[in-house]
Formats: sequence, structure tokens, C-alpha cells
Amino acid sequence: METATKKKNKIDSATVSGSKALIMALIEEGVNTIFGYPGGAIMPVYDALFDYQDQIHHILTRHEQGAIHAAQGFARAKGIPGVVFATSGPGATNLITGLADAMIDSTPLVCITGQVASPLLGTDAFQETDVVGISMPVTKWNHQVTRAEEIPDALAKSFYVAKSGRPGPVLLDITKDAQIESCTYQYTPCKEVRSYHPIPSLDDEMVNQAAELINNAKRPYVLFGQGVILSHAEEELKEFIEKTGIPAAWTILGLSALSSDHPLNVGMLGMHGNYGPNLLSDEADVVIAIGMRFDDRVTGKVSEYIKQAKVIHLEIDPSEIDKIIKADVPVLGDAKTSLRALIEKVKPNQHPKWLQRFKDCYELEYEKVIKEELYPSTDLISMGEVIRLISEKTDGNSIVVTDVGQHQMVACRYARFLKSKSNITSGGLGTMGFCLPAAIGAKFGAPDRLVIAVIGDGGFQMTLQELGTIFQTKVDVKILILNNQYLGMVRQWQQLFFDKRYSATEMINPDFQTIARGYGIESIKVEERDNLDKAVDDFLNHKGSYLLEVIVGKENNVFPMVPSGAPVAEIRLE
Amino acid sequence: MEKDFTLIVFSENHVGVLQRITTIFTRRGINIESITVSQSELRDVHRYNIVVTETEERIQKVVKQIEKQIEVLRAWYYPKEKILYQEIALYKMSVDAVKNGVSLEDIVKENNARILTVESDFIVIEKTGHKEETQALYEQLQPHGLLEFVRSGRVALMNSQKQFKDYLKAPELGKRISEEAVREYRYK
Ligand SMILES: Cc1ncc(C[n+]2csc(CCOP(=O)(O)OP(=O)(O)O)c2C)c(N)n1
Ligand SMILES: [Mg+2]
Repeated sequence: METATKKKNKIDSATVSGSKALIMALIEEGVNTIFGYPGGAIMPVYDALFDYQDQIHHILTRHEQGAIHAAQGFARAKGIPGVVFATSGPGATNLITGLADAMIDSTPLVCITGQVASPLLGTDAFQETDVVGISMPVTKWNHQVTRAEEIPDALAKSFYVAKSGRPGPVLLDITKDAQIESCTYQYTPCKEVRSYHPIPSLDDEMVNQAAELINNAKRPYVLFGQGVILSHAEEELKEFIEKTGIPAAWTILGLSALSSDHPLNVGMLGMHGNYGPNLLSDEADVVIAIGMRFDDRVTGKVSEYIKQAKVIHLEIDPSEIDKIIKADVPVLGDAKTSLRALIEKVKPNQHPKWLQRFKDCYELEYEKVIKEELYPSTDLISMGEVIRLISEKTDGNSIVVTDVGQHQMVACRYARFLKSKSNITSGGLGTMGFCLPAAIGAKFGAPDRLVIAVIGDGGFQMTLQELGTIFQTKVDVKILILNNQYLGMVRQWQQLFFDKRYSATEMINPDFQTIARGYGIESIKVEERDNLDKAVDDFLNHKGSYLLEVIVGKENNVFPMVPSGAPVAEIRLE
Repeated sequence: MEKDFTLIVFSENHVGVLQRITTIFTRRGINIESITVSQSELRDVHRYNIVVTETEERIQKVVKQIEKQIEVLRAWYYPKEKILYQEIALYKMSVDAVKNGVSLEDIVKENNARILTVESDFIVIEKTGHKEETQALYEQLQPHGLLEFVRSGRVALMNSQKQFKDYLKAPELGKRISEEAVREYRYK
């Protein structure tokens, strides 16, 4: 009897179906959460998953786009790859937006798609799509598996590629016959791929040159991005700027890597960033760019951008060096290692006069823009005051997930953060509909933290089906809809640059509270300032998910603003 | 200024790598003039020769993005002066040309070409050389009943004693590209 059981176990762990091998390999990679949606071509995988429900929590979303954005939110909150399951054809094509988003924002994902059986490949079989072909430009790596025995190694490589170096999404397309076929299971984590060099080793000469420039700089200026978060270099960044006294500004993906309260944190870069960080980039003599890629939303007119400055670029991805802005000193490597080396070589310094310039700019911006946004003098509620209230009441400790539009810019501008990995937003792709599913994923990734989804009335309606995921899983996400009854960001451009011709931007919205009720989510709608404070308290203190809809000024604009294509110095305060 | 550049790319011999490489050109709207792919001196490494006319600045960025692909081992770009290269062209002529008194043999000799085959109703001429040369022969043959013409992509070798293996750590296609090679390329 005993030997019989033993023998059975042995066979179980040695010869298994491709699907079971996949699940076992996922468990060995430490996966305990998967976001997905089943269908014909991935049914064997779902069947294998059935036996592992105690080890893997599969979250059934309401759309594959929801699944992949949730996996992105999970990855960004937790700092490990998010995992997605989807079926062939439409299931896989529904992942494309999320793949593109994860690709441009360097989010590690491993997506598993089912595919028609290998003899049917290329025959226009039911639900066949060339998934490897169409996902190629939006994946860091992708691969089709047609034999069960390849599954463990392909999965191991997927995880290695997704999370190493500059992270990104990986897609593994597994044909149905490979899922069913048996194979000998053996798992070895992948430690290297001979053609792939994820972390360039640090060049001391470059570090020396960088230190020399920094030590002699009069007006040095740090621009940091998500690279700091991805390489866990938050402490090093802080130490570096504290030692050198250099003011530091962030891209929206770098937001929360440095505490909002830090005296050297001078604010946000870019089109709707702070006044000083934009204006003074033209006065810096040395710019130290750390884990950021000079997106055009940050640089404005590139040919005019930081022309006068010597540029030091700390970057893990060689293809980013000189891509937009020529680096005088490229420091290739992992930001943590590079900063550590730089900290050793730079001299303690302070730049009080230079820092004062940022403070002066802030004063001006405060008088002209911020004061009115945070404490409006009109009856209309502003987005800024809602964000301010939330930040005050949560002490900057929550995770804020944003969608895309005016509310996103306002949230990034005014939310305060004390902890890293607290700001989750679709930066590079600007994907409306990202927020709600990403917030769900973030909560699964960081269950102990308060997760607040800040969404526009437009973007909410792009993925509101994920309220169903909240209903089913009872995950606790606080949903804030900042309702201006417009596709506000587009309307703002129409107002400023298209003669107020509001073409297709007005939103005649349904009753969001009725919708929330259908999903068993309590809600409140605030139209007057007098009710706002208490509503925010109820919202934050509610046990479980809650929807707060705030009717804000219909035609409020986000300022400052660098007009599209203009030099950053042309930043407008009104 | 736009110039003739030859990219030499070494990659794994896997399905899909070609598409990964070509989409990098497609994204930037760069037209590939010719592309040839074959096994390299290392049995399991594939070698691409890609010819484009572009500015050096853009090509540098493209090359880095190619090298970023997981399955690409190395990528370089060279101006014409830095490589030895050839293309091969085949010309199918109707025998009527000979009947009409044209001396194909003379043309072949003058152009340093050769006759590949003579059939009952057609003749095939082969010419190896640079594009200007194969094109010159084309111009000469065209009026005399050129039935078919084909020119291969460029095959190119680096104009130095260096070989790809020198850029790898171990002689047997090392695990990783050597650090100096990375630096030499990336900081140049
Ligand atoms: C999927 C997608 N479609 C279109 C856009 C273009 N777009 C950017 S912001 C915006 C308006 C967003 O409106 P809303 O969600 O109400 O946010 P608001 O700007 O009003 O705060 C639009 C349409 C986009 N970013 N993403
Ligand atoms: Mg809106």
C-alpha cells in the first residue's frame, strides 16, 4: 500500500501533462496570484489549475484587458512579475493594450495564452490568431511552445527575461496539444541567456567623470524616473542628493521614489509638472538623469531642452543612451549600483542659492495656480481639493492609482507620498481604462495598504466591468470618480488650442451610483463642498470597496502647462 | 547626411527573430534595401546583413534597439569603406539575342561575368560584384531580350582580422559578450 502511494507520487511529479507542468513551474517561480479569463484553447491549463487552488489564487476578471492591467497594478505595487492567463484569438488580442502599456512603462509581466493545436496553426482555425506576430512589437520577448516538454524551460526563461535588466512584458503562447501532451517535469530556474546582457557592468571611468562634473557643478539638477523604483535605489537616491545637496525632480513614473516632504524634492517634470522644475531645467549646468528616458512629455521641444547643461545619464538600457538627449557621460548599469558608486566619489556640498530658485518658483506657482486649486474661492469643487483632503487624511500612506486625463495630472501633482511604489499610473502609453483594474491588482499585490483609484468619468466607463471582479473577490478598492462631465483633458486642449470647439468631448453620463449598487458597492455622490469632508471620511474608513463620486468644475483646467511641442521654458501658469 | 550602411547582426537561429529585427525599421519608417540571412562561421549562430540608406545618427539608434532584442547576440553597422562585400545577379536572355547578331560572349567578357548555362531557347549569365556593376550589365543586356533578372542582397565581411568570436568570452560561443566589446561599441 505504502509503496503504491509512493510510486504514484513519483509518477505524478515526473510525468505530467504540459498544463500541469506549467502550473508546477509557476509555483516554483513563487507565483500565488494569477489574473485571467478562460476559453477553449486554454481549458487544459484551467483544468490543471483546479487542483492547485490552495496554492494559486486565480482572479477571474471581466475582460482580458482588465486581467492584464490588474497584473500590471500587482507588479507595480509588489515589485514582482504579474501573471496573466488568456485564451487564443480574442482573449489574446484583448491583451494587446496592456502589453503595450507594460512595455513602455517597463512593467514585468508573464502572459500565458492558449493557442490552437499545433497541426491547425496557420489554417485560420477557430479562434486562431498569430499572437506571437501581433504581440512582437509590444513584448520584451515572446515565444510559442508547441511541445509539452518545452514548457518548464520556456516558463523559466519568461520569468528571467521579464524581471531582469529593464523589466518588461513577456508572452508565452502554448498550443493546446502541448498543454495536453505528457512530458517529464523538471524545473531549473533560468539564470542567464547567452544572447542577453541584462545589466551592463559599471564603468569606473564613467563614474569618475560623472563625479568630477558633479563636484564642479554650480547648478546641478537631478531628474529621476521609475528606474529608481525598479532597481530598489530609493535609499541611494536620497543619500546621493543629501550628500551633494542637489535638487531633484521626478517624472510621473518616478513619483513616490522620494518622499514628497523631502526638502530636496522640488516636484514634477513635464507638460503639467511644476513651474520651477520645468523652467529651471534651462539654467542647470549639470543634469543628472537617473532611470528616466526623456519622454517628449518631459522634454517639450527636444532641440531646446537642457542645451546648456552637461548631461550625465544613469541608465540600465543602452538603447536609451543618446536616444533623445545626448549624454555627455553615460553611466550604464543598475541605478542602485551606479548611485552607490557615485556616492563614494562625490563631495559633500550644498547649493542653497540654487535651491532657493526652486522655492521662489514654487511661491509664484502657489500664488497663481496651487492655492486656487487646493482651496478654491468659487463654489465649484476642484479636483485638487479632493486629492488634498485624501492626502491629508491618509498622511500620504496610501497607494494612489490613477487613470488618464486631468484627474491623473492633478493627482500626480497634489497627492503626497511617503513610501515608494505608491503611485501607479499609465505613463508612457496613457491608457484610459487602466486605473480600475490596476487598482484591483495593486490591492492583491499590497493587501495591507489602502488603495485608492482616482478615475475620470470617461476612463471609468472604459473598464467599469471590473466592478464585477470587485464584487466576486470582495477586494477592497476605494474608487474616486472625479466627474467633470467631459473628456476633460481633451476638452482643455480644445479650449486652449482649438477655439473652444468641443468636438465629441461632452459626456452624458449614466448614474454611477446605480451602477455601483448593481455590483453591491456602497457609494456617495458629492456636489457641494459642505458635504465633501465627511464624504471623504466615509470613503476612506469604509470597510470594503466604496465609490465616491465628486462633481467637479466642468471647465476647470490643469495648469501649469507646457503647450505641446513648445520648449519647457514656455510653461504657462494660466 | 544619408549614407549607405551595412548592418551585421548575429542572432540565435530562432523563429521570429527576423520579424523582431525588421519591425525596428518599420517603426521608424526606414526602408530596408536588402537583407540576407545565413548561418555564420559559428554553426548555431545566424548572421544578417542588412543594407539601408540612412543618417548615421538614426542607424546608431536602430542598431542599439536591434541589439536590445533578447535573441540578438551582437549588432554593428559599417559604412561601405569598412566592409568587403558582393552581390550576385542572374540574367536570363532569350537565344533570339544571339540569332540577331548580338555577341553575348563579348558582353560577358567585358563585364567579367560568366555564362551559367546555355539551354535550347535561353542563356543564363551570372555576375558577381557591387550593385553599380551588376546594374551596368543589366543596362547593357536589357535592350537585347532580357527575360528575367534577379539580384541578391549584399553579403558582407568586416574589413579586418577580427571575427565575431573575438567579441565573446569563451571560444565556444561564450556565455556572454565580453565587457570590453560592449564598452567599445557602446561608448564609441
Ligand atoms: C484608450 C484611450 N483613448 C483615448 C485617449 C485620449 N484621452 C486622453 S485624456 C482623455 C480624456 C479623459 O477623460 P476623463 O476620463 O473623463 O478624465 P478627465 O480628463 O476629464 O479628468 C482622452 C479621451 C486615451 N488617453 N486613451
Ligand atoms: Mg472627465
